[in-house]
Amino acid sequence: MSNLVHKKLKVKSDFPFFLIMGIVGGTYVFLIVAMVLADLTFTTPGHIFAVFKDEEIQYAIKLSMITCTITMLLSLVVSIPIGYLMARYDFWGKRFLDAILDIPIVLPPLVIGLSLLIMFQTAPGRFIESHFRITYTVYSVVIAQFMVACAFAVRTMYVTFSQIDVRQEQVALSLGCNKAQAFHHVVLPQATKGILTAASLAWARALGEFGPILIFSGATRMRTEVLPTTVFLEMSVGNIEAAVAVSLIMILAGFAVLISLRYFGSEKSLKSVR
Amino acid sequence: MIECKELNIEQGAFRLSGINFRIEEGEYIVLMGQTGSGKTTVLEAICGLRPVKSGSIYLDEKDIKKLKPAEREIGYVPQDGALFTTMSVAENLGFGLKIRKWNKADQTERVKELAELLGISYLLKRKVAGLSGGEQQRVALGRALAFYPRVLCLDEPLSALDEKTKEEMYQLLQKLKNELNITALHISHSKSEAVKLADKLLVIENGILRTEQVKL
Repeated sequence: MSNLVHKKLKVKSDFPFFLIMGIVGGTYVFLIVAMVLADLTFTTPGHIFAVFKDEEIQYAIKLSMITCTITMLLSLVVSIPIGYLMARYDFWGKRFLDAILDIPIVLPPLVIGLSLLIMFQTAPGRFIESHFRITYTVYSVVIAQFMVACAFAVRTMYVTFSQIDVRQEQVALSLGCNKAQAFHHVVLPQATKGILTAASLAWARALGEFGPILIFSGATRMRTEVLPTTVFLEMSVGNIEAAVAVSLIMILAGFAVLISLRYFGSEKSLKSVR
Repeated sequence: MIECKELNIEQGAFRLSGINFRIEEGEYIVLMGQTGSGKTTVLEAICGLRPVKSGSIYLDEKDIKKLKPAEREIGYVPQDGALFTTMSVAENLGFGLKIRKWNKADQTERVKELAELLGISYLLKRKVAGLSGGEQQRVALGRALAFYPRVLCLDEPLSALDEKTKEEMYQLLQKLKNELNITALHISHSKSEAVKLADKLLVIENGILRTEQVKL
């Protein structure tokens, strides 16, 4: 017995633990970087310049940037109230509503496009169309992007508001605020980071949206062609160089947005703003 | 003066009923009870943060049960202080005044006065992050006192503090009690804390609230 008590516990090295985790994680990171590098090696500055000179692709770049930004703003306008209400209140049917909010995330993108198209074939849909044409126009591009991107923004804002303690809000109420004032002065400033994350997610999702746009908006050059459509159209005529060059433009644009939002969302820049 | 008459509070399976007590002008009452006894619930009901099933809450003869928290003029200090993390100490102290649209000069004057009273003048420009527990509670107290509330409600304000800081806070609360003649409802689970501060003691036990005299 006393032998057992005095026997020292031998603790094995932590090295294998970190080694295995590092290898598994590292492989994935390597694949991500390799993918982008492969695109880079496949193309030349000449290809990219040629792409930039193409009037149709210029239009696609412009349309992508404008629609993604509108989609991002719309997503924020919608996701902030939904996220707040879902995080703060319990009500009948909340779990059901929660499931509905996930539908755009789990539905295959093509199905979303088809459903939108069919929605505008119903009587109310046709009525709207007869006054204000939506399908196969740039408006349909924004709607197709928004339907998916907003779901991701809603998730982000829901988590953001859930993590903000309700106490500060209650104190604000006791100090003389109504709900709107407490929300504006106390809750929103705490949600800045979440809002920027939701914005960047929505923007990036919108940029990559293809399936719903193809079905709901078509792939008409100089009209509803966004950058993913360009990649598809160039590939389908065998112009891989142009497709890769456009892909690189999208990668760079995505990076630029993510990095700038991360920067503005970082503690450092928030401090300097205040 | 604040008075609860036959107050009933229900929340899920939790139920507190027949709560009757009265706090006179300038009285400092400590409400005691074990964890889960519902003392915070009573305090939140008075502040308007929790719905009341039936009964009345009178503030100077007026039933405030249906009023919004903002309309009750009750200063609220929650357990962890819950300072506004995106604002400076001065902004925290002046928040209630800003919402009441006091003019800038009066706000600054009042914030300065509070900071001196609470011994936190050196903190005014600081952010809330990084304040010690005692400092946080002082700011929370000042923020609640700023708009001259009729009653101050404190929810275990000292429970997270170390012994030395606690001792300083007792002295501060006693000073506030004597100098400002505040009417206060203070929640605590510490008998020694209650004896140091209370004019009268309320105890919740098994869902029943009774009054006890503080033995001196």
